[in-house]
Amino acid sequence: MNMTRRQLLILLPAAAVAWKSILAGTPEASPNYNMTEHWWGMLVDITKCIGCGSCVRACQLENQVTDGYFRTWVERYHVSDYDIESPKVDSPDGGKNGFPPAAVSDGKNFFVPKMCNHCVDSPCTQVCPVGATFVSPDGVVLVDQKYCLGCRYCVQACPYGCRFVDPKKETAQKCTLCYHRITKGLTTACCENCPTGARQLADLKNPNDPIHEFLKTHSVQVLKPYMATRPKLFYNGLDGSVR
Amino acid sequence: MQIPVEGFMYPNEVELQWSVLIVLYPFLTGLVAGAFILASLERVFMVKAVKPTYRLALLTALAFLIVAPLPLQLHLGHPERSFEMYLTPHRSSAMAMFGFVYLWYLLAVLVVEIWLDYRRDIVVMSQCTTGWKRLVYRVLTLGSTNISERALHIDERVGWLVTVIGIPSAFLLHGYVGFIFGSIKANPWWSSPLMPVVFLFSAMVSGIATVMLLYMLMCLVRREPIDMDCVDTVAKYLFYTFIIDFSLEMLDLIHRIYEADESFRSLDFMVHTRLFLSQVVIQILLGTVLPILLIGLTQVVKLAEKLRKRIYVTAGCLTMIGIFAMRWNVVIGGQLFSKSFLGYTTYKMGIVAREGLLTAIVLTVLPLVILGVLVKLLPPWPEKKEEPLLVALAAHGAD
Amino acid sequence: MTPLFTVRVARSDNVTTLCDLEHGGLGPFSSHISTKQFTKTPQPRDTYGEGRNASSWQHNRPRLPEWVVANPAMKAFRDAGHLFRLASVFLVGGILFLALRGFLVPRSFGQYGHYRGSAIKETAALPISYAGHQVCEGCHADILEVKSKGVHKGVSCEACHGPLAKHADDPASIQPAKLDTAVLCVRCHEANLAKPKSFPQVVSAEHSGGAPCETCHQPHSPAIVAVAGASQ
Repeated sequence: MNMTRRQLLILLPAAAVAWKSILAGTPEASPNYNMTEHWWGMLVDITKCIGCGSCVRACQLENQVTDGYFRTWVERYHVSDYDIESPKVDSPDGGKNGFPPAAVSDGKNFFVPKMCNHCVDSPCTQVCPVGATFVSPDGVVLVDQKYCLGCRYCVQACPYGCRFVDPKKETAQKCTLCYHRITKGLTTACCENCPTGARQLADLKNPNDPIHEFLKTHSVQVLKPYMATRPKLFYNGLDGSVR
Repeated sequence: MQIPVEGFMYPNEVELQWSVLIVLYPFLTGLVAGAFILASLERVFMVKAVKPTYRLALLTALAFLIVAPLPLQLHLGHPERSFEMYLTPHRSSAMAMFGFVYLWYLLAVLVVEIWLDYRRDIVVMSQCTTGWKRLVYRVLTLGSTNISERALHIDERVGWLVTVIGIPSAFLLHGYVGFIFGSIKANPWWSSPLMPVVFLFSAMVSGIATVMLLYMLMCLVRREPIDMDCVDTVAKYLFYTFIIDFSLEMLDLIHRIYEADESFRSLDFMVHTRLFLSQVVIQILLGTVLPILLIGLTQVVKLAEKLRKRIYVTAGCLTMIGIFAMRWNVVIGGQLFSKSFLGYTTYKMGIVAREGLLTAIVLTVLPLVILGVLVKLLPPWPEKKEEPLLVALAAHGAD
Repeated sequence: MTPLFTVRVARSDNVTTLCDLEHGGLGPFSSHISTKQFTKTPQPRDTYGEGRNASSWQHNRPRLPEWVVANPAMKAFRDAGHLFRLASVFLVGGILFLALRGFLVPRSFGQYGHYRGSAIKETAALPISYAGHQVCEGCHADILEVKSKGVHKGVSCEACHGPLAKHADDPASIQPAKLDTAVLCVRCHEANLAKPKSFPQVVSAEHSGGAPCETCHQPHSPAIVAVAGASQ
C-alpha cells in the first residue's frame, strides 16, 4: 500500500481534527471548538521546574515574541533562612538560556515560572479604555491587536508584570495561553515543551481534566492573592517569599 | 541600550511605560482646572479684587486645555485609533472617561463661558475689522449680532450658571486625572484615595500661580501698572490652597510611613535614593515649603509693594517647578520600582525623540503661543477709553 | 498715532462711523477698538441678523404678531436667540458624532462583551510553530516505541528537536536539524542548586571528561542499560 506519511496522519483521528484546519491555513478556529464548554487555566508545579528555559524559548518561537520581552519567564529564588522576607531573585534574559550556577549555597533555592495569570477579575481588562483587551468566554485574557491604542494603562494595572508593549507593533502584548493552539485541541507551547511536566494546561470546565484531582489533593496557591484578581494560574509548592 | 537595573525587576518592567509626556499631561490639565477655579472666584464667589485676572484666567485655561491631550496623543502607540475612546468607551476604565470629561469641559464649560463673556466684543469686532479677522469674528458671532441690553443680561445670567456648573466640572477634570493613578491597585505608589484630592489641590495651586505670573508678565509687556490689590488677593488664595495642598501631601506621606505596609521598605529606599533630589529637595523643600514661607511672610508682615512683587514672582516660579516635580515624582517615581518590591529601574529620557525632552518643551511652550493668539483675538483687558460705538450699539439694541 | 487703516462700519448714507484699528491694534496685547468721529448716532448693521434691506433699525426686524411683541416672555426668547444658535451647533455636532459612531464601530463589537468579537477568531487563527508530539508520533512510531520505555517518555519531541509544524505539514519541505547533545543535554541536566534534588543532574565538565553525551546515553532512552545491568 502506497501511503504517504501525510495521508497516514490524516487517518489518525485525534491529530486529524486539529490538523485539518491548520493545514488549510483557514483563519478560523477549529470548527468543533465551543467556547462555552471550556474555562482555561494552568497548573505550575514548582517542585518539578528545573529552570531549563524550554518554556521561554518555545513561547518566543511560537508567538514571535520580540527579544527582550517576555510572555512567560522563569525566576530563580534564593531565600536565606535568616531573612525569608528578602529573597534574592534573578532571571537572566527571562531564564531563556537557563541559569548559571548559584553563587551562594545556603538557604533555599528554586525556580518559579511566571506568565499571565488569566485572572477572572483581571485589572488589566478593567482599565482598558476602549475594550481592546478582554476575558474571552472561555476564560483567556486576550488583546485585540487591531483595536489596541497602545496607551499602556493595562501594563500599569497588571500586578504581575505580565504585559508589555511591543516596540514594533506598538500594541500591548501578553500570553494568549496559546489560544490558537488550545482551540485546536493542542496544548500550549510552554506546556508542550516542558520536559518535566511542571506546567499543565487545565480546563476547569472539563470534569475529566486531571487538574480537579490535583487541586483536591494538593496545597495550591495563586500569586498575590491579596490583589483579589482571582488568578487561574495555580502553583503547587509555592514558597511564601515569592511575589 | 541597556537600562541600569538595581536588584530584581520583572523582565517586562525594566522599560518605563509612561514617559515625560505623561508627566506633562496632569501638569497641563492641572493648570486648566486651577485657572478656571480662579476665574470662578470672581464670577461666583464675588471676589471682585481678582476681576483683572478673570478673562486672562479663562483664556489661559482654554489655551492649556487645547494642548492637554497632545502629550497623550503623542504617547499612544497608535494615535490614529484614539477616536475609539469616543466610539466604544469602556465603562469600567477610568481612562475611557477622559474623552468625555475633556469634551464636556472644553465645549460645554470653557468655550461657552468665554463665548458668552466675549460675545459683545466679538459682535463689535466683527463689524470693525477687515479681512480674515472679520471672517473669524463673524463666524464666532454664529450669525447673531444681538447685543441688546437684555441679550447681554441673559448672557450674564447664563454665563454665571455655566461657571457654577464649571466648578464641579473643573474638579471632575482634574480629580479624575488623579483617579487614573489612584485607582491602580497594582501600584502602591499610586494607589491611594487621597490621590485625586492631592491632584486637585495641587492643580489649583499651579493654576493660580500661573495666572498670577501671567498677569504680572502681561502688565509688564503692556507697560501698565500692576493692580496690587488684585495680585495680593490672588496671592492670598494661592497661600490658602497651598496650605491645604501641602497638608494633604504630608498626610499621605505620614500615613504611608506610619502604616509601613509591604511596599514601604521599597518605596522608602526609592525616596531616599532615586527620588531624593526631585521629591525631597525640589518638590517638598524648594517647591512647597519655601513658596509657602515666602507668601506667608507677605500675609503676616506688611511689605513694600516692590518687595511683594518680587516675592510673588519668586514664589510663583518656585511653585510651578514644585508642582511639575510633584507630577514627575508621581508618574515617573511610580514606575521606578518593581511590583515585586525587589528592585529599581532607571528612567532615561530621550532628547530628540517622540517622547523626549524636546517634545516636552514644545508642548509646554505651545499653550503660551496659543494664549498669545487668543489674547490678540479676544483681548482680556478692559478698554482704556469709553467706547461710544458700543454704548450706542447697546443702547440701540434695547427696545 | 496714525491709523493704519480705517474701516467704515455702518453703511447707511447719513451715518459716518469710523472705526480705527490703531497701529497697536495688530500688536500683541492692544487690539482694543477705539471709535472716532461720530456725526450721528451709529446704526448697527442688521443687528438681529435677519438681513432685510431696510434702511432703518426698527424696520429691520421681522414683523411679528402683536401678541408676540407684547409678550415679555417672547421678547426674552428673541433675545436669547444666539443661545439657540449655539445649542444648535452642539446639536448638529452631537448628531454628526452619533451618525459617525454608528458607522465606525466594528460590526462584531459587543458580540460577547465589550470588545470586538472577531478578535477571538483572529487570535485563534494565528499560525502554529510546534506541531505537538501526537502529530510526530503519528509517523515516527518507531521512536515512540523506544522513547515510551525510557525516562524521557514525558519529554515531547519538539522540546529537543525544535518547532517542526512545517515538517509535519510537508515532511519533505524541511528536515529537522542534527542536534548537538553537548548543548542540549546540559540545558536540563547541568547541576544547579535550584533544581529539585530528585532531578538527575551532573557537573558536565567533570561527568564525561569531554566525551559527547551520546557516547554512553541514547537521548530517546538515556539509561545506560549495560552498566545498569552490571551494577545490579
